[in-house]
Amino acid sequence: MSTIRERIDSAMLHPELRAEGDPDAIIRDGRRLDHAEGTSKPLRPAPEPQPRGAKVRGNRPIDQQEAAARFIAATEHEKMHDERLWDLRQKRDREMHGIPEWEELRSLASAIKEHTLTHLDEYLDQFEANARSNGIHVHWARDAAEHNQIVHGILRDHGATSLIKSKSMLTEECGFRHYMASVGIEVIETDLGERIQQLDNEDPSHVVVPAVHKLRTDVAEVFAHTIGTDPGNSDVHYLAEAQREATRPLILNADAGMTGANFVVAETGTFVVCTNEGNADLSANVPKLHIASIGIEKIIPRLEHLAVFVRLLSRSALGSPMTQYTSHFRGPRAGGEMHVVLVDNGRSERLGLEEFWTSLKCIRCGACMNTCPVYRRSGGLSYGATYSGPIGLIIDPTFNARKYSNLPFASSLNGSCTNVCPVKINIHEQIYAWRRVLVNQHEVPLVKKAAMKAAGALLSRPAAYRAAIAAADTALAHLPRFVIYNGLNAWGKHREVPHPPKQTFHSWYHANRGAKR
Amino acid sequence: MRIGLFIPCYIDAFFPKVGIATLELLERFGHDVDYPRDQTCCGQPMANSGFNAECADTEALFVRNFSGFDYVVSPSGSCVHHVRDNFDAIEQTDEVKEVRARTFELVEFLHDILKVDAFPWARFPHRVGLHNSCGTLRGLKHALPSELHEPFFSKPIDLLSKVDGIEFVRPARPDECCGFGGTFSVFEEVVSTKMGYDKVRDHAQAGAEYIVSADSSCLMHQQGCAERIGVPLKFIHIAEILNGASA
Amino acid sequence: MSSRDDILASIRANLPRVERPLPHVPLFDDDPPASLLSAFKESLHRMGGVFLDSPTSADMLAPVRAKIADAKIVCSTVPEIAGNRDIADVGAPRDLADVDFAIVRASFAVAETGSVLLSDADLRVNGVAYLAQHLIVLLDPADIVVNLHHAYRRPEFRDRHYASFHTGPSATADIEGVLIHGAQGVRSLSVLPIARAVGNLTH
Repeated sequence: MSTIRERIDSAMLHPELRAEGDPDAIIRDGRRLDHAEGTSKPLRPAPEPQPRGAKVRGNRPIDQQEAAARFIAATEHEKMHDERLWDLRQKRDREMHGIPEWEELRSLASAIKEHTLTHLDEYLDQFEANARSNGIHVHWARDAAEHNQIVHGILRDHGATSLIKSKSMLTEECGFRHYMASVGIEVIETDLGERIQQLDNEDPSHVVVPAVHKLRTDVAEVFAHTIGTDPGNSDVHYLAEAQREATRPLILNADAGMTGANFVVAETGTFVVCTNEGNADLSANVPKLHIASIGIEKIIPRLEHLAVFVRLLSRSALGSPMTQYTSHFRGPRAGGEMHVVLVDNGRSERLGLEEFWTSLKCIRCGACMNTCPVYRRSGGLSYGATYSGPIGLIIDPTFNARKYSNLPFASSLNGSCTNVCPVKINIHEQIYAWRRVLVNQHEVPLVKKAAMKAAGALLSRPAAYRAAIAAADTALAHLPRFVIYNGLNAWGKHREVPHPPKQTFHSWYHANRGAKR
Repeated sequence: MRIGLFIPCYIDAFFPKVGIATLELLERFGHDVDYPRDQTCCGQPMANSGFNAECADTEALFVRNFSGFDYVVSPSGSCVHHVRDNFDAIEQTDEVKEVRARTFELVEFLHDILKVDAFPWARFPHRVGLHNSCGTLRGLKHALPSELHEPFFSKPIDLLSKVDGIEFVRPARPDECCGFGGTFSVFEEVVSTKMGYDKVRDHAQAGAEYIVSADSSCLMHQQGCAERIGVPLKFIHIAEILNGASA
Repeated sequence: MSSRDDILASIRANLPRVERPLPHVPLFDDDPPASLLSAFKESLHRMGGVFLDSPTSADMLAPVRAKIADAKIVCSTVPEIAGNRDIADVGAPRDLADVDFAIVRASFAVAETGSVLLSDADLRVNGVAYLAQHLIVLLDPADIVVNLHHAYRRPEFRDRHYASFHTGPSATADIEGVLIHGAQGVRSLSVLPIARAVGNLTH
């Protein structure tokens, strides 16, 4: 099999001669040639351009709706995204039906996490003591900045300038890659989805499948610009193989490796990393130096508890019984060095929120995203935050109430997320609770507040209410104002308005049963 | 038993026949049904958007209207879910707690309280897609949601299968949200309508002539979507079928 | 105050004041499969692994020999079969980058998931199980446990610095859900059921 380089060298046309979006054309002097039997325009439609995520403007509230609308308008992307994630939800259901004790496992997982969180300091202490006695260096970082500085310090001490890493949402939270770039350290993502996103300068859109929003044609375009693949070839096996071959030398020559962790076991000082590619194990076992960035909420008490979580994680996330690799790190290998950075970054504060602390149970499986009908149709990038989908709605406001004040309203409160959550977080109830909090903190538009006040006043006064809906035509004018703040337009933009009947129920009752009174 | 009939604002204004069917159905079983004249709303539109303080007066009015009944029955699952599970903008006196505990949605009232085992007057020889609103399904536990590994049950199917001639179709996504979601339907209008289009297309491709639901709000949204994209479905509330509506 | 002290103090100040006892976790082994080996084989296949059926000939390792026949570099960490790259000579993991086949023995396996457990003792150089293009795993059928609850009672998780469940080959479906084997790690994982050697075998 020829290498990518050979294939490009032997191509008949230099890639620069090809028109953007029309890989087949021959261009001379800026003109598309169409002599002989050549067509005057490309007949194969150009691939649908990838819809980009929410527009982020400093601290202004993210307009999730706007980004969702663009995603829905990209019909091929939306269809693939929705169907792929619904398929993951169905695979999850299939796994669930094969495990008679499924609901018991969920209850156990929830109970183990709640117990641990209510004794978090003790278990972290225990983990640190055991990890240290096995030769692991343990660091503590109060926030994202401190995490980045600590990791930088470790790398600097070892003269490391290149770092391979596996997927870690915590490092996304910390803006890690951006920081490393600013201090001149090359970071290479090794997870295929994360690598695609890194090469495309775009955030991951899903906690488990980071590039789920991309069509193969999007990936072909990214790889063509970055690792030199054929822009006209969007065969998935070709693209995956190209990335494997391009990344392998980077892995072999990296100075250091970084992973996250899915679980931490206090009893033995172990952290556990689950992947399907084995890229975490490459990152950890090829370079001498292994750094693990771990959120303090990942801890569980004992090995026996691990069984519950490992049985639930991959089944919930992907509908697969187990990840291809489930690796337990308890200490450095001979001649190697292992560091763990325990990160708070707002978690201890969230522990003190009476209605929301149980969100810390989250094991980042993504099942809530897969089942969420809003997420599937909006794409994870529409939320403009590290964490998207249902779990994002309830933890993002703790990072920035203003910027993420719209997110808890991007939900129909259907409750499917709560039912698929392996650790039984009452996600939809917390979304509902956040709405109250944000209203009380005045993080909602004044127009909406005014409309709601007016609605509350009208609906509590029977005579005024009766007058408002007495006539069928005024009913349509008044009623929607109870639930909207920008007029009938919003309801009627993409659907027909209800047909006003001849008389209200109240009028009918008065006419037909009034004598009873 | 004294029953208080609660007809929420949007049924009052847009679907009075659902209120009429509910009233007539309860009367068929020989019950004394009152309709307090000063009722308006349960407070859900404000509460749903986080404006809990703004719905206090409305909730207080609800309690004043419905205090003293043995049961408060309503053909609206989302409203009943709000009353039973969220109604906390006002002080939780004994009177408030009583009213909340005695408020039932029609299907659960017929199934669990009256334990109706026949609807001899009802005949509906059509293919129907059953839509359980998320509020009744996951909130009021009308039926088993597909996410859970528990024994199957469905109160609406139990009732509807006693209707002569009815035939159920099987959509691909039986309990995916249709996108109404209360204020979501206008705040996230693009996603809401896309969900609605997908829902009606799913039922249509499964062969449904009618979509039946215990929630008119979902029906209102789905009908608006179906009409906009030209999917020829008809929409009917479960109360109408159980009361003997022919079409 | 150190960051550690700050964080622990913040946690203690915010601990939810609710009673949440630690539950007892059962072993969930009331209904085990009739044959652990058959169950393991089925799970392994589901996860993309290959089960090398026991040969009919006297040579227990015939299926492995057949697999590696055309390989350039074979690295074996097991006494049953020799390769041409001695793991003992490996200085750095990257010295294994050109290995076609690695042959290792699993500490144990799990019937529920089709996983084999490879520890640092089994691998000698951990990287060998990830840098080789293909992985062959010898497994003693007596070392199969029924499920993960039983698995986590094994000593490897208390004794070893590194212990990894391998469940089939490296895989991904990050692009449009199309399943790929050999995303970054091994392209194939094959398991040969063979009891642990007693004494030395000739190669």
